[in-house]
Amino acid sequence: MEKSLLTIILFAPSIAALLTLLIPKDYKKLIRIWALVASLVPLIFALVAWFSFEGAGADPNGYKFVVNQPWYQAIGSSYHVGMDGLSLTMVLLTTLLAPLAILASFGIEDRVRMYMALFLFLETGMLGVFLSLDLLLFFVFWEIGLVPMYFLINQWGSPKGEKELWNGMKVANRTYASFKFMIYTMAGSLGLLLAIQMLGVVFQTFDLPYIVGQWNAMAPGDEILGGFTTVGTAKAVAFWAFTIAFALKVPVWPFHTWLPDAHTEAPTAGSMILAGVLLKLGAFGFLRFVLPLYPEQAKAGANILAGLATAAIIFGAFAAFGQKDFKRLVAYSSVNHMGFVVLGVAAAARAIGSESATVALNGAVLQMFNHGLSAAGMFFLVGVVYDRIHTRDLEEMGGYFPLVPVYGGVLIFTSMASLGLPGLNGFISEFLVVRGAWGVFPVWTALGMIGLLFTGAYILKGISESLHGPLNETHVVHLSEINKRELAVITPLMVLMLWLGVWPGWLLDVIDKAMIALQSAIG
Amino acid sequence: MEMTNLLIWLLPVPPLLAFFIIVLFANRSNKASWMIGVGAAALSFLGSMVVFFQAVGAEHLGEHPFGSRLDWLPLNGAHFQIGLMVDPLSAIAIFFVAITVFMIFIYSVGYHNWGQPKGDDDIPGLPPHGATVVEHGHEHVVPSIEPMFARFFAFIGLFAFGMFTLVLADNLLLLFIGWEIMGLCSYLLIGFWYGKPSARAAMIKAFITTRVGDVFMLLGIALLYTSTGTLSFRAILFDEQVLQALASTDSGFFGLSVAGLTGILLFIGTIGKSAQFPLHVWLPDAMEGPTPVSAMIHAAAMVSAGVYMVIRMFPLMAAGMEHGHLTPPMYAMALIGSVTALFAATIALAQNDVKRVLAYSTISQLGYMVAALGIGAYVAATFHLVTHAFFKALLFLGSGSVIHGMEHGVLHTGDHHVDPQNMYNMGGLKDKMPRTFWTFLIGGFALSGFPVVTAGFWSKDEILADAWAHSQFVFWVLAIAAFLTAFYTMRQITLTFLGKPRTKEAEHAHETNLWMTGPLMVLAVLAIGFGWVGIPESFPGLGNYSNNWLHHFLGHGLPEWLYTEALEFSWFPLIASLVVALGGLGLGYAVYKDVPSAEEDPLKKVLGGFHTWLENKYYFDEAYDFLFIQPAKWFSEKVVFQLMDRKLIDGFLHLVARVTYWLGGIFRNYFDIPVVNRLIGDTLGGAVPQWFGKQLRKVQTGAIQTYMILAMVVAFGGLFVFMITMR
Repeated sequence: MEKSLLTIILFAPSIAALLTLLIPKDYKKLIRIWALVASLVPLIFALVAWFSFEGAGADPNGYKFVVNQPWYQAIGSSYHVGMDGLSLTMVLLTTLLAPLAILASFGIEDRVRMYMALFLFLETGMLGVFLSLDLLLFFVFWEIGLVPMYFLINQWGSPKGEKELWNGMKVANRTYASFKFMIYTMAGSLGLLLAIQMLGVVFQTFDLPYIVGQWNAMAPGDEILGGFTTVGTAKAVAFWAFTIAFALKVPVWPFHTWLPDAHTEAPTAGSMILAGVLLKLGAFGFLRFVLPLYPEQAKAGANILAGLATAAIIFGAFAAFGQKDFKRLVAYSSVNHMGFVVLGVAAAARAIGSESATVALNGAVLQMFNHGLSAAGMFFLVGVVYDRIHTRDLEEMGGYFPLVPVYGGVLIFTSMASLGLPGLNGFISEFLVVRGAWGVFPVWTALGMIGLLFTGAYILKGISESLHGPLNETHVVHLSEINKRELAVITPLMVLMLWLGVWPGWLLDVIDKAMIALQSAIG
Repeated sequence: MEMTNLLIWLLPVPPLLAFFIIVLFANRSNKASWMIGVGAAALSFLGSMVVFFQAVGAEHLGEHPFGSRLDWLPLNGAHFQIGLMVDPLSAIAIFFVAITVFMIFIYSVGYHNWGQPKGDDDIPGLPPHGATVVEHGHEHVVPSIEPMFARFFAFIGLFAFGMFTLVLADNLLLLFIGWEIMGLCSYLLIGFWYGKPSARAAMIKAFITTRVGDVFMLLGIALLYTSTGTLSFRAILFDEQVLQALASTDSGFFGLSVAGLTGILLFIGTIGKSAQFPLHVWLPDAMEGPTPVSAMIHAAAMVSAGVYMVIRMFPLMAAGMEHGHLTPPMYAMALIGSVTALFAATIALAQNDVKRVLAYSTISQLGYMVAALGIGAYVAATFHLVTHAFFKALLFLGSGSVIHGMEHGVLHTGDHHVDPQNMYNMGGLKDKMPRTFWTFLIGGFALSGFPVVTAGFWSKDEILADAWAHSQFVFWVLAIAAFLTAFYTMRQITLTFLGKPRTKEAEHAHETNLWMTGPLMVLAVLAIGFGWVGIPESFPGLGNYSNNWLHHFLGHGLPEWLYTEALEFSWFPLIASLVVALGGLGLGYAVYKDVPSAEEDPLKKVLGGFHTWLENKYYFDEAYDFLFIQPAKWFSEKVVFQLMDRKLIDGFLHLVARVTYWLGGIFRNYFDIPVVNRLIGDTLGGAVPQWFGKQLRKVQTGAIQTYMILAMVVAFGGLFVFMITMR
């Protein structure tokens, strides 16, 4: 069991996807239920991993449930997967959000079979990134995740709207958004791939723990690649290649403009997964690869990264406040919130091994989890309204609270979690990041408070223009209360938001141990 | 002891449970909701009284407070602990909080028209408009029950939970959690009638304005945590070495010590929360909420929390104080507090809305407390916090009762253009609403500091006496403000209750029921009686019968080095306090005893154009709108979104795409087509690939390839340049 646990988690969705394709395409109901049930399998096994994690035996590098089988022997790549507290947290988030997103997609009528199959494939791609301990394997999963998401946006995205590019050349909004998402990530991946290849050539293997150990034992002046360059130079170049790839994905300002487009145009469940999990891949990359592989370079570049993170916090909040489109407002809120993750990572990179660094890392990872919950919840709730009134324009809404009191209450609750209200999850992680970053980058942290203030402004704008004020009757005939299925999607998220806000110890304990281990591995 | 420690954890729980039970299960039953809500408040009240009296009876409570803690956040292999604690300050705080909260809950049942029929066309989100009933064969309109009756008790329960958590917290983080929960509740309750655009604006204004303070406070908390490694009150505030270290370490900002910087950051939180100048603008607008909420915000909870926090952090604020020289945070408090006290009092002079006058008086009185703490008068500040909570809750609930009575008149005449909150529409209510009148009079006199009998006199007198001893500036500013306070309070009482009714509605006003007047009477007793616990021993005559219990009880809650004996008696501040209180009251009555309408307000003649400034609150709202709100909207939408993201960043991306698109065209036209297609393709029978190419081009418009090419060029180029330069 211990041996095959991660493999089951990882490939159960893919197998389910293939099986989905065997169901006749007109059995929509069956397809939906099958996809939902199938997506519960990785969740159940993720919970098994969660509960047996403490007692499971670890390999010398601290990873548990490790499998290491030769895969691409010719170039030294192997199927090496393993789990530590960081990946456990992320796997839990992914396997939790996937069934909820599938449940949220029950309203999809168009090509249901293909949709569900893509969704399940996507889950494997994301899980693979979190579980891989082999650089090439990691890269394969990193890229695989793009393809289903591209099609989800491109084919099932919002049907309305066109964007003019230049000289009167127009494309559909969802085409534009999906291209931008794809190209942007690919552009970042190029450097990443080159850097990974370089490591592969130098070490004749892609094994991450091995490379980390060897790489950091080398002196900066050592020549590699047959005297072509030195370790120091190669590290400096590869550091930026890795960093840019991950920064694009998080996204860090100013590489963020693909995000509002992709999130806004994606179907509701796509946005939930994009915001909930895909953004975390970038942040995860910093923690799993950049910090262990390039500690000195990260230390040197931390100030720049922290500055960009602060820019993301501030400008993300401002841009969200300037929106009339509810979904785009929520999309920009991700830029704002993920800025805190990167700020925490940057502070830790600068002060690695210190108390501040551990606190900042704890905050960053917890913020990844928390943002996964609240952003997915927010996108879902915007989708609930969109499904009914087919607009996202806040100016066409208003005064809906008396008509949809349950929905209103749920929206306010989720918004408050997103705002970082104490008692709900977001506060603790933001507080820990601020606490950790304050001792390292006081000026950036203080400036970030402007963003925190405007977080309040945009969240309240969203609430007040949809729920409060006099009733806007434009679309009101189509409005109806949130239904049971939709409540089933949001309730688990709300429970977790409250639970983590009041008693985060169960999760933070795992994260804390992982972050201490991560730093001690760097030394 | 064990029992007490457990009981302390249970104090905040009932209102929280009430919130969840009402929201999840009882939201359709008005009866169940109020019973759960009031029952929860009663439980917390009883528990608080038990804890309070045990605290009073305990020896050396200051050194050995009640309380316990538990592990909360696993951090760095250890745990961040949170706990609850009852020391003298917390004991006093739960005393006044529990009583006022309980009274407000009871009052709310009546205020929201429990027992009245459902309104004819009431909808959730707007105040009830009245219901038509047929009695004895003819129709008339009676008040109707609040359509969101259940929701109100849920929200106000959560509010009470926030305040109990805040005053019982044994560390700054837990205090902040209670602080923010109250921020949410005041947001929800100020905007309780969210259907009104004015309420919607007010709820956002309250939340954002206080959040300005909150983010500074959060920085202060982070700074304190970073520099001491803990946030526990005992570990920081009662450890002289820690405070010494904080006071002697340079923070690197503006030449302040770490203690000074932390103190100022935390104090900015109070400026927001307790509506001090210049963040006072939200509090008057908070009147948009139902009146019990106003009492909750102005007396029992929200704004009191701000002052409570600085009182709690006083040892830190005072760290580094030598020979009576004020530290920078204390200096800031003294200055801002006294300015606020005077400034808000002047605005109150020119307000005609019965609740707005009270709102500005709250700002002004909070200024007293802040200023008192700034000059080191710890006990006096706390004393005034408590007496103010009692008499201000009384005044707000009283004004709600007045409004209710007036609404009765409005329903009777059916003329909905008459504003039931405008004091110039009232007059002569003394005979219509005797219980409301007498209790309001007591509250008003306590606010004015009517000598000897009212609680407000003793606490205000103590502040003035301290100010006289420590700072002439503060003393004179506060004395003038006290005079204005007495004057506008008497103006309010005279216009509302005395003289003759100015409108038909006032003639038909009606005393409210016991749900509402009952709490008024209880609070009236406290607005008088609570003063007696703090009569200085040196006070002529009465002092012989007093042991100044409050001073000893509270004072011993401070660390040794801060404890000071009660001041020696001094005649001058006492006389000043008598003169301003009685003079203000007398003048207020004399000026306003028969003013017929707002146009003939005598102050208008005296103050001239300045009166218009006062009426418009010195145009702060307009100025902030012009300086901050409009620019923020413009900056967000036009600069950050449209210019930065759309024009610059996306513009650059599109430029790259366009250039590569053009490059791709060249490749196609001058390489693909002539070389590949014609030369190779035609000779190899290229019809099939050509067809594929056409199809693909339709879908992709060539963008992917071109993007890829450019990205590769940029990546390789950058790598190349880097490799060369680094070697």
